[in-house]
Amino acid sequence: MAAPALLFFTAFGVIPLLGVLVLSFTAWDGIGAIRPAGFDSWRAVFTDPGLPHSLWVTFLVMSLSWLVQTPLSILLGVFLAGAERYRALLSVLYFLPLLLSSAAIAITYKALLDPNFGLGAGLGLPFLSQDWLGRPNLALGVVIFVVSWQFIPFHSLIYQGAVRQIPTSMYEAAQIDGAGRIRQFFSITLPQLKNTIVTSSTLMVVGSLTFFDLIYILTAGGPGDATNVLALDMYKKGFQAGLMGPASGIAVILVLVGLAIALLLRRIGGGDDTASQLEGA
Amino acid sequence: MGVPLVAALASCGSDGPSTTPGSTGGGAGAGGGSGASYWSLTGQPGQGIRQATVDRFNKANPSTPIKLTLFQNDAYKTKIKTAIGAGQSPTIIWGWGGGTLRTYAEANQVEDLTSWFAENPKVKDRLFPSSFGAGTVDKKIYAMPCETVQPIVLFYNKKVLDKVGVAPPTSWSDIMAMVPKINAAGVAPFSLGGQSRWTNMMWLEFLFDRTGGPGVFQAVFDGQKDAWSNPDAIAALTKVQDLVKANGFIKGFSSITADSNADQALLYTGKAAMMLHGSWTYGSMSADGGDFVSSGSLGYMNFPPVEGGKGDPSDTVGNPGQYLSISSKASDAEKETAKKFFATAVLDDAEVKSWIDTGSIPIVNGSDAKIAGSKDAEWLKFLYGVASGAKVFAQSWDQALSPSAAETLLDNIAKLFQLSVTPQQFADNLNAVIGK
Repeated sequence: MAAPALLFFTAFGVIPLLGVLVLSFTAWDGIGAIRPAGFDSWRAVFTDPGLPHSLWVTFLVMSLSWLVQTPLSILLGVFLAGAERYRALLSVLYFLPLLLSSAAIAITYKALLDPNFGLGAGLGLPFLSQDWLGRPNLALGVVIFVVSWQFIPFHSLIYQGAVRQIPTSMYEAAQIDGAGRIRQFFSITLPQLKNTIVTSSTLMVVGSLTFFDLIYILTAGGPGDATNVLALDMYKKGFQAGLMGPASGIAVILVLVGLAIALLLRRIGGGDDTASQLEGA
Repeated sequence: MGVPLVAALASCGSDGPSTTPGSTGGGAGAGGGSGASYWSLTGQPGQGIRQATVDRFNKANPSTPIKLTLFQNDAYKTKIKTAIGAGQSPTIIWGWGGGTLRTYAEANQVEDLTSWFAENPKVKDRLFPSSFGAGTVDKKIYAMPCETVQPIVLFYNKKVLDKVGVAPPTSWSDIMAMVPKINAAGVAPFSLGGQSRWTNMMWLEFLFDRTGGPGVFQAVFDGQKDAWSNPDAIAALTKVQDLVKANGFIKGFSSITADSNADQALLYTGKAAMMLHGSWTYGSMSADGGDFVSSGSLGYMNFPPVEGGKGDPSDTVGNPGQYLSISSKASDAEKETAKKFFATAVLDDAEVKSWIDTGSIPIVNGSDAKIAGSKDAEWLKFLYGVASGAKVFAQSWDQALSPSAAETLLDNIAKLFQLSVTPQQFADNLNAVIGK
């Protein structure tokens, strides 16, 4: 059963990964011959002052977008899990951003936020005509906002499904015990969503390591290097500067960081995988 | 690194319109029915002219059609490198020559055209001799110069300057004195598409030349140790930061891209008073700016001198031409098609006319004789004067340098304009990659 998946994973995951690992020990401009270069590329990666900065920006994007997305996704998911009819309509509307490509979203936001021709200038609202993408902190904030706008619908969907899995008998029992809606949320819904939170957080955190298209179009890593996340740094080194060796080194770092975080999240969340909290257990 | 970076446009003088494209060249063995592929840039008016030239060629050579694919400028720069590295290169590679062409040539990815040009002197002799410099690597010609000569020009909006009550700048201190006046009128002094980074670089190119002469950057190009620490270089870097600090550039410049032409829109909508940009923007401003160009509101001049500077005020910088190379991985039949295209279609009479009609100077000897009848005659005369009168016509830095040195340069230029590095730090960062 696992054979096709394994085959695909090997062909498109493992083999390219090994290729990148090999490339990180070579010097290659992407055009000419590939020459072995020992640890030269790694030395270049670790002595580049841009690396700690990019790591820091990546960490900021990762943690802040998690902080914004998780509570909002849970609340929306819980809300949408309700049975009322209008919620079905709303959930379709909330789902819309997920249907747009990252590139389209980035181009749209870039146009809307343009300080000279954007929404603020068009509507004559001075508050909206900030230099959104031209100031380091604002630009980072905008990136996190747009990322959240794009991905909250997806995570809401996950939570919506998970909430619907919670047996109604638990809520009925709680009601008999006199628990209000807020108490029910914290004592039943949230604990029951634990595994879903781990899954959703893993997707968010590991996914945010590879944010590229959106940021590339919105800010291209700028202003200066304020939003130059690791994936963008890798692209610029590899495909613009023609330094495939160091770029491969950064790719390996990205893989290691991603794996480490995924394992860590599993450990945090998966401690009592076997314990059932369902009725009759 | 033996390529002369700068070349005076020596013999632009007309030896009569030598515009009959020699059909003797190239087409000898064109049979085989194999067409060729050709990648180039989007953006009007160039896009339409490129397409029309290919269409004319395909009509005349229905058995060997050329397939043209067009990309946006910034995207193209990475796309073409990746394609060539992956062995998926188009037959005909459009480019800017210089450092990138050198990496192609050193990797044997492009055809050496030296002997072909020797066999087809008619093709070679009708083009500006100065245009061949950036297409030449170690004395071998790897690219055919094409299209137009594109110096960088200081554009201004006459209506805006009149409203503010200032004249076009005559010196650097004049610029610095104008900035607060223009800002006070609620207009940005200079438009700038800073996210594209090479747009900021144009400022440094001129300030380096006007302050210290062409030798300052030539030393960098030649790989001299610590060339960026030259006091004139530091002075020029300081000047540009002075202008940033004085709010010389439009609000939000670091998030504006040149690919969207928003920087040009700022000038023709009157939100900015001036703009330093390539001469190719004249055509797009004519096309997009309503009656801005046709009503004579667009002013233009060469970059003004810097007080006490060593550079000649006639010096300019930009693209001495564009360049077409042939992939060495193409089949013989495809190469023949490409050479026939070079000899019979590139810069043929109709293309030359189209470039002149849209406000550009094609790199064909005798182009100046055709200016007079054009609706843009005044602009074309100015442009031809800048290009042919320049003591030094330097190639754009990011095109002259190797891709890795260019990326470090652009990265640091973005930080310089963001005021997040000092001129000294900028020089240190770039000294570290000199000659790489």
